[in-house]
Amino acid sequence: MNMNLRDIITISEGEILTPELNTDVNIHGGCCADLMSDVLAYSRPRAVLLTGLTNPQVVRTAQMADFRAIVFIRGKKPQQETLDIANQENIPLISSPMGMFELSGRLHDAGLKSYEGNGAD
Amino acid sequence: MEPTRPPTEQEKFGRHRPLTDLDAHEINRIEELSYDLKIREVMASNVITTSPDVPISGVLELMRVNRISGTPVVENEKLIGIISLEDIVRALQNNELAEPVRKYMTTDLVTVRNTDSIVEAIKIFTEKGLGRLPVVDGDTKLKGIITKGDITRGILLAVERDYKEEEVRRYRASHLFDDIISDRTTLVLRYTIKAGDFTHGGNASSNIKRALLRLGADSQLARRCGIAAYEAEMNLIIHTANGGILKLEVEPHKITISTTDDGPGIDDIQKVLQPGYSTATDKVREMGFGAGMGLVNIQKCVDKMEIESTRGKGTKLTMRIAVSNETLNSKKG
Repeated sequence: MNMNLRDIITISEGEILTPELNTDVNIHGGCCADLMSDVLAYSRPRAVLLTGLTNPQVVRTAQMADFRAIVFIRGKKPQQETLDIANQENIPLISSPMGMFELSGRLHDAGLKSYEGNGAD
Repeated sequence: MEPTRPPTEQEKFGRHRPLTDLDAHEINRIEELSYDLKIREVMASNVITTSPDVPISGVLELMRVNRISGTPVVENEKLIGIISLEDIVRALQNNELAEPVRKYMTTDLVTVRNTDSIVEAIKIFTEKGLGRLPVVDGDTKLKGIITKGDITRGILLAVERDYKEEEVRRYRASHLFDDIISDRTTLVLRYTIKAGDFTHGGNASSNIKRALLRLGADSQLARRCGIAAYEAEMNLIIHTANGGILKLEVEPHKITISTTDDGPGIDDIQKVLQPGYSTATDKVREMGFGAGMGLVNIQKCVDKMEIESTRGKGTKLTMRIAVSNETLNSKKG
């Protein structure tokens, strides 16, 4: 089931870090990782990325792999460069107080599919 | 006798013509648009309204003159009800056309917010079988009216706009290979990558991906090339002494991405091709890289990967991707 990013923000009790960007975005699935190479190797396009890393490479990785949004777990906030690239590449950033397991579970319960896969579209 | 005519597509393929990738792409695009478009962008904002204190006979005249079958009732700019022909018929049956609108209007209202995406309105239209919905802001102030027709028109306009903007850029770029005549035309883009420049890591690959999309690559091809270029770019940043060059070469039927650097070079190429083998520092690992998956990932994304390296001299990594017939050529359908 597709999910609107706004519903993901509600479920994750998330704070929007990129207020200029449209959060009315259609999300097809979810993927969590702290290893960017894993994200690049095992994800499918149009998903949301849940991660504990906040450096600019996370946004670049998301952009390369066609992610639609990023949720930072455990209330993490990124540095300015990360925000700049996200705004430039139109990838909304959210900060959620939940941990990775908790948040994945809740999103999965709400019907969001796993988009951790073999990289096929 | 009936004249013969060629069969229509529907007759030829039946109703269950298989959905092609192109169809799926178009459907996706419309679906996306219905999330992107806001109700305020497509609604009618010049709405004829009435006050709750006018007699029903007055509203009947208003509807007759404007040829409408219902109107929102507004008091102090706020929407408090709707009066429709059905309500008026009830008043007529009771012989109460002189009574105020307030007495017969419907107050059990289904509304949408002007800032919602049109998907919300579509949902309500489908679930409740309504033909039109009043649009309000967060303060229940009436902002307009939306009908199914408004949505269809809004989507069609947006498709056209969306299409034109990107298409113009794409058209210019994708005609490159048609307009310039040679025995072999290659577009070469070069990027200088600095060693240790993590902050800008990925900028070059991002530009490569964008360029490929403008040249007419589909999203899957652009994604494969983007990921391969990005892993290669990060390798230059992480592992080289002085950075290197990331190069994209585009030809109508193939794409070549390569990196060259001047050291330190790789001792044992077989080793670096093993998943999990890494020489990266903790700092690099903290950034989510250096797990020994880079070259493995690249191999997954490209058709052919070649790596040449001499210790002390440098490394050349070449990635080749075959482009299926005419993807990067404007002559496609």
